Amino acid sequence: MRTKQAFMAGVAILAAATMTSAVPGGGTVSGKVTYEGTPAKQKPIDMSKEPSCAKQYAAPPPTETVVTGPNNALENVVVYISAGAPDEPPPSQAAVLAQKGCRYLPHVLAFQVNQELKITNEDQTSHNIHPLAKINREWNKSQPPGTPPISDKYDKMEFIPVKCNVHPWMHGTFAVMKNSHYSISGADGGFTLPDLPPGKYTVTAFHESYGDQTQEVSIAGSETKSVNFVFKAKPY
Amino acid sequence: MRANKSMQWMFLAAALLALPSLGIAQQGEVHVGKVTGHSDAGKQLYYRFCWGCHGFHGDGNGENGPYLNILPRNFVAATFKCRSTPTGTLPTDEDLYDSVGRGFNNSNMPAWNSLTKQQRADMVAFIKTFSPRWKTDKPGDPIHVPAESAVTLDSIKHGKELFTKLECWKCHGQEGRGDGPSAPTLTDSNDQPIRPYNFAAGSRFKCGATNHDLYKIFMTGLDGTPMPSFADVIKPEDAWDLVHYLRTLQVTTKSPELALWMTSKEGAEIVKAQKITGTPTGAGIKQ
Repeated sequence: MRTKQAFMAGVAILAAATMTSAVPGGGTVSGKVTYEGTPAKQKPIDMSKEPSCAKQYAAPPPTETVVTGPNNALENVVVYISAGAPDEPPPSQAAVLAQKGCRYLPHVLAFQVNQELKITNEDQTSHNIHPLAKINREWNKSQPPGTPPISDKYDKMEFIPVKCNVHPWMHGTFAVMKNSHYSISGADGGFTLPDLPPGKYTVTAFHESYGDQTQEVSIAGSETKSVNFVFKAKPY
Repeated sequence: MRANKSMQWMFLAAALLALPSLGIAQQGEVHVGKVTGHSDAGKQLYYRFCWGCHGFHGDGNGENGPYLNILPRNFVAATFKCRSTPTGTLPTDEDLYDSVGRGFNNSNMPAWNSLTKQQRADMVAFIKTFSPRWKTDKPGDPIHVPAESAVTLDSIKHGKELFTKLECWKCHGQEGRGDGPSAPTLTDSNDQPIRPYNFAAGSRFKCGATNHDLYKIFMTGLDGTPMPSFADVIKPEDAWDLVHYLRTLQVTTKSPELALWMTSKEGAEIVKAQKITGTPTGAGIKQ
C-alpha cells in the first residue's frame, strides 16, 4: 500500500516536472490573426529633427501602432497561453531590444519573467529608454551612442509600453510572459504555439492598439488545433 | 552562579523584546534622523491637509486634482520624482520627508515646513500605507555622491562639453532655456504635457536648490517624467563638472560658478547674449 502511494506520488512529481516545460512532440496551437474594418492609416515618421536617423531611410518609415499584411493579416500580436500552463523559469539567453534608425527592433519584444533583457543603442544619437511599467517598476535611463547595453529584468507579467522621450515617435512594447508558450504574429498574421502537453488552455491574443481576446482550447496528444483571432480595427 | 545564569536569560529576553526598536522599522513607522513618524498620526494630518489634491485613496484623484497643471502625486503607483535612490527604485523615508518639507517648486505642492518635523514624518509614514510596493520592495540604496570637486573654468568647460555630448540640449535647449527640439513633445507618465526645466529663469530645481541636489537629479532621474537617469553613463568626477556648467546656465541666479564663468571671454559673451524670457517651467517660451 505504502509503496503504491509512493509510486503514485513519484508519478505525480514526474508529471509535474514535465508540465513545467515545453514537451517536444506535444500538441500545437496555430492560426492566424486578422482584422476587420479599416485600421488607422500609419503616417510616415518625420525624423527631420534627428538627421542621423532620417538619413538611414530612402523614404520615411511609417509608424507601427498597427502593422498589417495581405488578406487583412494583423502583425505584432502577442499570442500566448494565459491559463493552463504552469509558470516556467526563464531561459538563460537574453532578449535583445535594439534601437536602430530611431526605431525599436523588434517593435514588440516578448520575453519571460526574470529573463535577462538587453537594450542596445546602435544609433549616433542619445536615446532614453523609458518603459512605462505599472505593475513592475517604472525606470528611465539615458543611453548615449557607444555606451554598453542596458541590462534589466522584470519580475511580474505585464505588457509594458516603451518610449523614448527625446524621439517622441519611438514606441514599442515589452511583453513579459510567465511561460515559454508565446508567439508573435508575423507579416501573414500567423502564429504557432508548439510543444504543448495535453490539457485545457486559455489562449490570449494581445495587440497594443486593439486590446486582447481569449479562446479556450483542449489539446490531446500531438494534434494541431487551429485557433484564429479577428480584431475590430479602429479607424483612428 | 545560578543567579548569574538567570540574569543572563533575563538580559537575553530583554534584548529580544527591545529588538524591534533597534533599527528594525515597525509597520507604519518611519525614521528620519531622530524622529519616528507614525502612520496613525499621519492619517489625521493627511485627511486635513493632503487629500484635497492627493485624493481620499491617495491615488492623486482629489477634488482639486483635475485643475492642477502638474497632477498631484499618485501614492498608490509609488513612482516618485525626488529620490536619492536609483531610477526604478523606491525612495528613502528621508527623500519623502524632504519632498514634503521642500514642496515642489513651480507646482501646486507647497512646502509644508509650517508643520513640525514630527508631523512631516507622520505624514510620510501614512503616505507609505497607500501602496503595497512598500511591503514587497525595499527602497533602493542611495547613490554615492563623492565630495564636490573645485569650481574651475576647466571644470565648467568640461561640463559644457558633456551637456552637448549627452544631448541635454535636445530637451533643455542649447542655453538651458527649456526650448530644445524635443521640448514641445514631452509628456509625463500620466500622458500630461510637461516642460523641461528652464535654467535661465530659475534658481530652485524641482528636487532642491543645492549643487548636491542637482547632482542627484540627473544621476537618479526624475521617475515618472521624461528626465532619465545618467548614472550609468556619467562618471562621478565628470558629474560635478556638469553641475558646475549647469549653474552657469542659471544666468539670473548668483553663484560662484556663474561669477567665474563671467570672468572668461567665452562665458561673458555667452551670458550677455542671452535674453531671459519665460518661467522655470517653460511657460511663455516660444518653441
